[in-house]
Amino acid sequence: MADAMQDTAVRTSRTVRILIYLILLLFGLFYLLPLYVMLINSVKPLNEITGGGMMNLPQALTFAPWAKAWSSAQIGVDPTGLSPYFWNSIKVVVPAVVISTILGAINGYVLTKWRFKYDKILFGLMLFACFIPFQIVLIPMARMLGLMGIAGTTSGLALVHIVYGIGFTTLYFRNYYAVFPTELVRAAQIDGAGFFQIFWRILLPSSGPIAVVSIIWQFTNIWNDFLFGASFADATSQPMTVALNNLVQSSHGVKEYNVHFAGAIIAALPTLLVYVVAGRYFVRGLMAGSVKG
Amino acid sequence: MRKFLKANIAMAIMVTAVTAQAEDVEVLHWWTSGGEAAALNVLKDDLESQGIGWTDMPVAGGGGEQAMTVLRARVTAGNAPTAVQGLGFDIIDWAMQGSLANLNDVAASEDWDAVVPEALQQFAKVDGKWVSAPVNVHSTNWVWANKAVLDANNINVPSTWEEFTAALDKLKVAGITPIAHGGQPWQEVTVFDGVAMSVLGPDRYKAAFIDLDESVLGGDDMKAAFDRMAVIRSNVDDNFSGRDWNLATAMVINGEAGFQMMGDWAKGEFLNADKVPGKDFECFRFPGTTEQVIFNADQFMMFDQGGKVSAEQAALASAILSPSFQSAFNVVKGSVPARTDVSDEAFDACGKKGIADLAAAAKSGNLYGSVAHGHANPAAVKNAIYDVVTAHFNGEYDSATAVVELVDAVSIAK
Amino acid sequence: MSNVDFKTRLQNWLPKLVLSPSLVLVLVFVYGFIAFSVYLSFTDSRLLPSYGLVGWENYSKLWRLSHWKTSLTNMGIFSVLYIGICTCIGLCLAIFLDQKIRAEGVLRTIYLYPMALSFIVTGTAWKWFLDPSIGLENVLQSWGWASFEFDWIKDRDYAIYTVVLAAVWQTSGFVMAMFLAGLRGIDNEILKAAQMDGASNWNLYRRIIIPQLRPAFLSAFVILSHLAIKTFDLVIALTGGGPGRATELPATFMYSYTFSRNQMGIGAASATIMLMTIAAIMIPYLYAELREKN
Repeated sequence: MADAMQDTAVRTSRTVRILIYLILLLFGLFYLLPLYVMLINSVKPLNEITGGGMMNLPQALTFAPWAKAWSSAQIGVDPTGLSPYFWNSIKVVVPAVVISTILGAINGYVLTKWRFKYDKILFGLMLFACFIPFQIVLIPMARMLGLMGIAGTTSGLALVHIVYGIGFTTLYFRNYYAVFPTELVRAAQIDGAGFFQIFWRILLPSSGPIAVVSIIWQFTNIWNDFLFGASFADATSQPMTVALNNLVQSSHGVKEYNVHFAGAIIAALPTLLVYVVAGRYFVRGLMAGSVKG
Repeated sequence: MRKFLKANIAMAIMVTAVTAQAEDVEVLHWWTSGGEAAALNVLKDDLESQGIGWTDMPVAGGGGEQAMTVLRARVTAGNAPTAVQGLGFDIIDWAMQGSLANLNDVAASEDWDAVVPEALQQFAKVDGKWVSAPVNVHSTNWVWANKAVLDANNINVPSTWEEFTAALDKLKVAGITPIAHGGQPWQEVTVFDGVAMSVLGPDRYKAAFIDLDESVLGGDDMKAAFDRMAVIRSNVDDNFSGRDWNLATAMVINGEAGFQMMGDWAKGEFLNADKVPGKDFECFRFPGTTEQVIFNADQFMMFDQGGKVSAEQAALASAILSPSFQSAFNVVKGSVPARTDVSDEAFDACGKKGIADLAAAAKSGNLYGSVAHGHANPAAVKNAIYDVVTAHFNGEYDSATAVVELVDAVSIAK
Repeated sequence: MSNVDFKTRLQNWLPKLVLSPSLVLVLVFVYGFIAFSVYLSFTDSRLLPSYGLVGWENYSKLWRLSHWKTSLTNMGIFSVLYIGICTCIGLCLAIFLDQKIRAEGVLRTIYLYPMALSFIVTGTAWKWFLDPSIGLENVLQSWGWASFEFDWIKDRDYAIYTVVLAAVWQTSGFVMAMFLAGLRGIDNEILKAAQMDGASNWNLYRRIIIPQLRPAFLSAFVILSHLAIKTFDLVIALTGGGPGRATELPATFMYSYTFSRNQMGIGAASATIMLMTIAAIMIPYLYAELREKN
């Protein structure tokens, strides 16, 4: 699969190539623009921002807004900054990503290599679950979490994210394993390997690319979630996005835009990092998995 | 299976244990800005001096909409916070659900019945039970003006609609935005509060918005009120849509605009900018509503915590109603105290006027709930009125259509 | 002997057994909740669920609300433009990036990163950028292009297009990655053969390459339609549904009726209609997709 990673054999002329570079660069600027605005305004003193000039470079560079957003900005009545909420997010994201990815891998394995009657309908049911608007599940979900005694905890939030992530992780792994040679599985079976042995020794070692896709997808979705985090967390488990919203949405008084932007970038750093570091595997994984059917 | 059951039981015990030993109060609110948080800190410190911890649960956004969603989830999960910031009919709705605690013991020992204005008690006392502790009384029919701008254009504080429109025309000619306005539904209806009162007068304001009388809702006077809204619309700048209210206030402070119609929380912005009432800015009632006070009040609903009011919850309620907190908080917030026996000494000129107006209106029966802030009708009707007022203000239809739509929208929401 | 029997039986049951936790979760937390929501749409629920049945009343009220119709129209405009534009931009960028471009890795990361950010994070920046008094209009005017106007976000008729713009910004890079992955999987031998036969580049793409991207198109369609349906925080962050109610979408409509207007019954009715629309689009697609692979 990886050896198929190659540029096209289509040849283009010099002028066309220059045009292509121009277009690509223009789009690059378009994508970078909001990040530029955030970055540049997060290192300006407030009076430079309110003085106008959204795109101007800072005259007096300052990192105070960053420090303030992280450790001393007012979130509610306590000047804690975003840092405690950062750890809440981690506590939700890590187990939720790991568990939903593992479940997705196992489901994909069963649905492609241990086919049984109605397996496609079951898969269809799981896939359709990706499309429900989350607003409708808030009230019944709250009741369930209450019944299970995990309302307002990070484990409760993790459970919610696992449930609504399974559809996508199963989709990714199923499509990936669908093109994995079934003969290898059968051969191992004849050699006496069991269900888990086959999964562990044969499929898992080559699942790297699609695991990356699944992890990136789940990580960004869960990290960025606001609706569930706001609705199901209590004071001790509110995630980063909820705190950021409290910081940015304050209804009254002076708006410290530079602190808001610094906070926003801090909140986005983990996902940005994941994309920058794992981005190259992402295309590879997509190619191997979800795109080829 | 047995293991599973055991784990479950252990978990259940742990949960009850945590609830039982908790001596903290958990407070859900949307006061996250600097000034508001500072005001809440007064309360927090008071409780902490009594050995009661404060667990803060801020959820900002949409003037409390987000917080109300969270509250639903928390109540459904059986995990309601101790106290929740609430407004008007929301409090009644929650009380009807049976979710609120009965504070009558605290109320009786501190004689809340005597000190809290009756119009306010409507929203704090349901079926004879105190369920919520009022923090303040805001009023929406205020106009804020930049004094330097008025003086430069020879404008006196207008007391009639005609004087007001003449002043707007003068400002327009002078090249100043006559009215600073933020185009968000709640702000448009906040303006509408005063406008409707000025046209309808108190009796028909009540008939229309509190009794939902269709003949008044769809009447000619209501059309006249919408016509006045159209006049106001023609006096705001092109860029008003989506603007936050405090940015509109800033336009008045900076002299870019002459007037803003906004609740008394706008005063905080002027004070933050070191402006002095009467010298740098003027506060006056919307022309034609000098006698009336259209109010809304912030309160803390006390949620039932298993059938009894805990000592901590009672202490919180009593701290909220204490005169010292009422004074300290409202000086910062721009509103006036929710009890009538608090000295106005610490307040500035606008605050003193607000306190006097409230007392007078309460006495003469001119105290009415605000449509915009959920003190005239339940959330469904309130939002239906929002839809029509904001659609009309944004030019979707004319005043005649607006009146028809208003009757229709209210009937669907009822 | 029976021991062996047990083992084989276990091996037969094991796959279904390991699948069942996920299945139970999905059945309860998705389909159970959907059923609950449909049920609520026939009740008099307001602040919290209540169980007095009222028949079709919520539905008839819903269809009398003018801004429900606005939100449906917006959904139509939004999803067609959003899916269409994202697919076009994604495909073009993928084709361009596929031409042995230097610094491809850097560009790819730049195109992809918006997907990593939520609108809670970028909302303020977008709001500034689109606001005529401080954003693009102001900047270009201050650079000397005095007649430049860009005030869509303040205009009732155009505001929905700014929502499209921001949404395209967020996901078109992701679509690009999907197409790029598809392009990288195409066998170059076929292309070389066609080039020998004198096919032009245009024909190469039109006749050979793009038809081979069919799976990528389908995946893109699924992901984009799923995102379009769930578009919620984007609208809240950018316009708050305004000016007036001009950018209300079904998701924001449902949320406001259920949670801030205390009309949970009507909210549930709108949710039911949304779900039925989604089902009408997705079920034929899923059916075709799953059957084909037999």
